[in-house]
Amino acid sequence: MGGPDLKPAEHDFTAARRRLEAKAKSAGEKLTSLEDAACRVRDGDIVAGGGCLFSRTALALVREVLRQRRRGLTLVRNLMCTEGEWMMAAGAVERVVTAWMSIGLPWGVSRVMREHVEAGKVAFEEWSHLALGLRFRAAAMGVPFLPALTMAGSDLAATVGLKTVEDPYTGERLPAVPALFPDVALIHVHRADRFGNCQIDGYPHMDADIARAAATVLVTAEEIVPEEQIRAQADRTVIPGFLVDALAHVPWGAYPHECYGLYEADFEHFEEYTAAIATRGAAAMEDYLARYVFAPPTFTEYLDLFGGERLARQRRYARELTA
Amino acid sequence: MSAVSTASELLAVMAARQLRDDTTVFAGVGIPLLAAALAQQRHAPRLTMVIEGGIVGPRIRPGRLPISTNEMRAGHLAQALPGITDLFLLAQRGFLDVGFMGGAQIDRHGNVNTTVIGDYHRPTVRLPGTGGANDIASLCREVIIVTPHERRRFVERVDFVTSPGWLDGDGSRARAGLRFGGVTRVVTTLGILGFDPETRAMRIEALHPGVTLDQLRAATGFPLLTAARVATTDPPTPEELDILRALDPDRRFTA
Repeated sequence: MGGPDLKPAEHDFTAARRRLEAKAKSAGEKLTSLEDAACRVRDGDIVAGGGCLFSRTALALVREVLRQRRRGLTLVRNLMCTEGEWMMAAGAVERVVTAWMSIGLPWGVSRVMREHVEAGKVAFEEWSHLALGLRFRAAAMGVPFLPALTMAGSDLAATVGLKTVEDPYTGERLPAVPALFPDVALIHVHRADRFGNCQIDGYPHMDADIARAAATVLVTAEEIVPEEQIRAQADRTVIPGFLVDALAHVPWGAYPHECYGLYEADFEHFEEYTAAIATRGAAAMEDYLARYVFAPPTFTEYLDLFGGERLARQRRYARELTA
Repeated sequence: MSAVSTASELLAVMAARQLRDDTTVFAGVGIPLLAAALAQQRHAPRLTMVIEGGIVGPRIRPGRLPISTNEMRAGHLAQALPGITDLFLLAQRGFLDVGFMGGAQIDRHGNVNTTVIGDYHRPTVRLPGTGGANDIASLCREVIIVTPHERRRFVERVDFVTSPGWLDGDGSRARAGLRFGGVTRVVTTLGILGFDPETRAMRIEALHPGVTLDQLRAATGFPLLTAARVATTDPPTPEELDILRALDPDRRFTA
């Protein structure tokens, strides 16, 4: 314990470039089942999650990864929420790389996170929010690091082993934020055509960079639209299809997290979830995973646990905020 | 409506008064967001608020205050949604005048800890982490800490420097490579604190009505300096409280 956490393989831009060069970059059909998309995640992978906290989380993909009993994963996500708790409690992750993890202001510090991290079962590698964004940005640019003005002087810099670089023009020293090339990205978008050309409404979060940084890109979309619709609004396409390896059509694929303009996060569900964990701890988490992750064989059956009325209400809330 | 304020309302009012018109502020959810919205409605109509989720210039919808900085409520009727990385890069470029911050622990040089209580690798309590706090502390032109004043929060030295204030004082912030910014004020439920310009040690600059120097010192876990003249703040006005209560009618953040 105690050494810097930085893993050279994560920011090896040459290896990452070679890996991409060796990969098919097809303009062909990407549409497949959720199960088939998720099986591209391997044990031990560095998995990057799109969205942010409880916004546009690729929750259907996360659920499927857990159903396929993946192990030894590193989850990288700028701000982590219940998806991180699910992955910890299911024993899927051995390390998280993040700027922040809990659920949201009213629910305090994540109890599941505390139990796993304080007991040393999961390593928690902490970067500032911008630094993590720049790690994805550097990887998306295909370079090994980016100079930045953040994280200097803090204890965060020391714990992750952040190095500095000399500006060759002024001689000043700046933090050099290393690239992070994930093995696989899990991304949820508003719409895509069957070739994987993706459009996102509202908050872009870090998804465009993550899709460029990762070796393999898995996408779920609320809506699969005709190719002509994408071509008619090509300026809205943030992830071109040739970046995408597999695409699944999953309406409500972030629920109970939010999807901008389509449904608000289900705060009542968060309330019930956190109350159960606060009362019964690990047993409540185990019951939750059994009920919501492992029992329903399909995502549609998972959504049935919430019920159509609930979903319709959350859709109405979203419209009120974004109309 | 009653002009007697709750501790949270007092904090929001005092924080709002720190903001000037024609400036920009990086605000988190809760009290900082309410403070920025209050300032906009009362004395700073040309203040631009940015929020960590990648949001520029939202209009906060009364009764639908956001729980997180990156959900739909936080971006209601926003002017721009540049994304998280690019929003922080606006701060790195120097476009953000003020950053509001809170924290589990704050020390005499304005360093803030939101990472761990105890040892980083074997924590007694693992806290949620920096989020964007380290970036705000590193990149904004000035940082204002907004926090309840409690002895367990105000410690001699934070267990972990998540967000750098003046580090060890005496120019150590600049020597560590932080060329810009720094903590200028700490707005609390008891008063307003600042920093000695030389040593960058925390000092008392103002007390809220009815608060004594001894009371504030007793709620602080380290010796505080005292400014040459300690002012008394004006109590929240009915107008300020009305604005806050209209923004948060269910008193979710101001109870």
